[in-house]
Amino acid sequence: MSLLELEDVTISFGGLTAVESASFAVNPGEVFALVGPNGAGKSTIFNLVSRYCTPSGGDIRFEGKSLLGSAPHDIPRLGIARTFQNIELFEHATVLQNLLIGRHTHRRSNAISEILHLPGVREEERRHRLAAEKVIDFLDLQPYRESRIMGLPYGVRKIVELGRALAVEPKLLLLDEPASGLSAEETDDVAFWIEDIRNVMGITVLMVEHDMGLVSAVSDRVLALADGKTLVIGTPQEVQTDPAVIEAYIGLGDEGVDE
Amino acid sequence: MRVVFKTSYDADLGLFVHRYQAFWYFLLLAAAVVLPFVMNDFWIGEVALMLIWAIAGMGLMLLVGHAGQPSLGHAAFMAVGAYTNVILQTSLGWPFLVSFPLSGCAAALAGALLALPTARLHGIYLAIATLAVSVLAEDGIVMLAPWTGGVSGIFAPDINIFGVGFNRYVNAPGFYWLTLGVAVLVVLGYRNILRSPLGRSLVAVRDSEVSAQAIGVNLAWTKAVAFALSCGVTGLAGALMGHFAGVFNHETFTIFLSITLLMMIVIGGLGSIHGAFLGAIVITFLPLVISIVREFLNERFGTASVMPPGIETAAFGAILIAFILLEPMGIYGRWVKIRTYFELFPFCRRDMFRRQRGYLRTERIR
Repeated sequence: MSLLELEDVTISFGGLTAVESASFAVNPGEVFALVGPNGAGKSTIFNLVSRYCTPSGGDIRFEGKSLLGSAPHDIPRLGIARTFQNIELFEHATVLQNLLIGRHTHRRSNAISEILHLPGVREEERRHRLAAEKVIDFLDLQPYRESRIMGLPYGVRKIVELGRALAVEPKLLLLDEPASGLSAEETDDVAFWIEDIRNVMGITVLMVEHDMGLVSAVSDRVLALADGKTLVIGTPQEVQTDPAVIEAYIGLGDEGVDE
Repeated sequence: MRVVFKTSYDADLGLFVHRYQAFWYFLLLAAAVVLPFVMNDFWIGEVALMLIWAIAGMGLMLLVGHAGQPSLGHAAFMAVGAYTNVILQTSLGWPFLVSFPLSGCAAALAGALLALPTARLHGIYLAIATLAVSVLAEDGIVMLAPWTGGVSGIFAPDINIFGVGFNRYVNAPGFYWLTLGVAVLVVLGYRNILRSPLGRSLVAVRDSEVSAQAIGVNLAWTKAVAFALSCGVTGLAGALMGHFAGVFNHETFTIFLSITLLMMIVIGGLGSIHGAFLGAIVITFLPLVISIVREFLNERFGTASVMPPGIETAAFGAILIAFILLEPMGIYGRWVKIRTYFELFPFCRRDMFRRQRGYLRTERIR
């Protein structure tokens, strides 16, 4: 059974149809990439899955259950974590605090026991800290543990946001342009991390990415979109050589103009 | 500079960063406890008032400084606390030990009720909505005259705990210790909130609502909890303020009180418990300083009208403007800068605290 399934999902904002009957399924344990020119509807699909938007038609299912009845804050509890295209971190908090906030879905204590700081709360805090430290070790964030986000460089913020999503311990990770704005080496790091996230942590990855090098290096399947329409689904090689994809990216060739 | 060598996760979970810090706070607490033995009753009364302001400030600080929800309506919740406390004592004859916590609960309930319709508002819109509450409260007190005494006001009975009287004038040290006890308990609760998931979810809502949702924080619920806790603490301060004032009516809890509270935490420094106390010191002692200066000028120049009425409000306003322009992080922010300068001496750089330009943020979804 597929982990995430979109069936005929359509959404329009006013007269603009951002996504038009998109249907695809992400299988457990795969890295699935969405590619397409700007405005193709990639991020909109992410926002649909995170329930920031509601589709005007179709259904989104996670582990066989429809997501349409869930509020945005229920989504991580079901096992879907995400990052944002333009980093959305908690600016005035430290890296460690950001990762600990990511543990929110694993909170078991209630407000009253926390105000009194009962022993159970402390025990739970230790477990959250251990989980956050594992993420810090995985992403090599040790030098930044106590730094506030405000003063951190862009590349580090990008990684902290990935870390915060990992702290949720999701089944499905949505990465919105994980390599945008990163240097070549940092992009290589991201490629290794995505492979480890899939192979070691067993987390399925759905990502939007423009860097075709990264996409072909890590993804099992790629879905190409243009103007909200699905062009083709296939391996990275198939998608890159598909005539419709080439047309969407660089327009018709000379022959097209001649005809 | 002191480097804290941490050997366990518990080192980050304690109330204090290190023993040295704990020592200073305990010294401060000890000094506060013995204060009545070195000060006369008038000054002890003023310090008690400062603590009441600080409690109210901590209530508002939790909401504004940590949850990022501005409120101009906290005078209303002080009123709820003050009136509930007195009405329970006089009409129902309940003792202070019961009516006092209940007054906090009543204010918390009122705050949660306000949070329900305003959960979708933020920033200036929330400030306007809460401003309306502040205005309504004044009229509400007059309209509920059978219970509240309306315009003529209501007398707060003497606090009596197991036969010991805590009247502000008769037993000034007693009233002061009572206030100090409440303040210390509120500080402890506040610290516990900040080091727990609840405190972190408040910070999450403050810094980015979109990603708070993306990691599973229920916005409406978290805001309601923030309002309830904040208003509850402010209600407790209101109850103490009622006993401090002795008699109060609708004019005690005007919109100006709300503005004063907000000013207090901005001057003190948003986002820290210290800020509430530092702001409270300014708010309590500035009128005293002004009246001392006025008296001095009167003696010196022999005129009664050297300072026009309303000079206090003008002074508060000028100080607030000065802080927003020159030190947006408040007194506590300035203190942190001074401390860091000496800790890192001579390596502190001028740009260390310069505000960073924010990166492009995701356009608000909705």
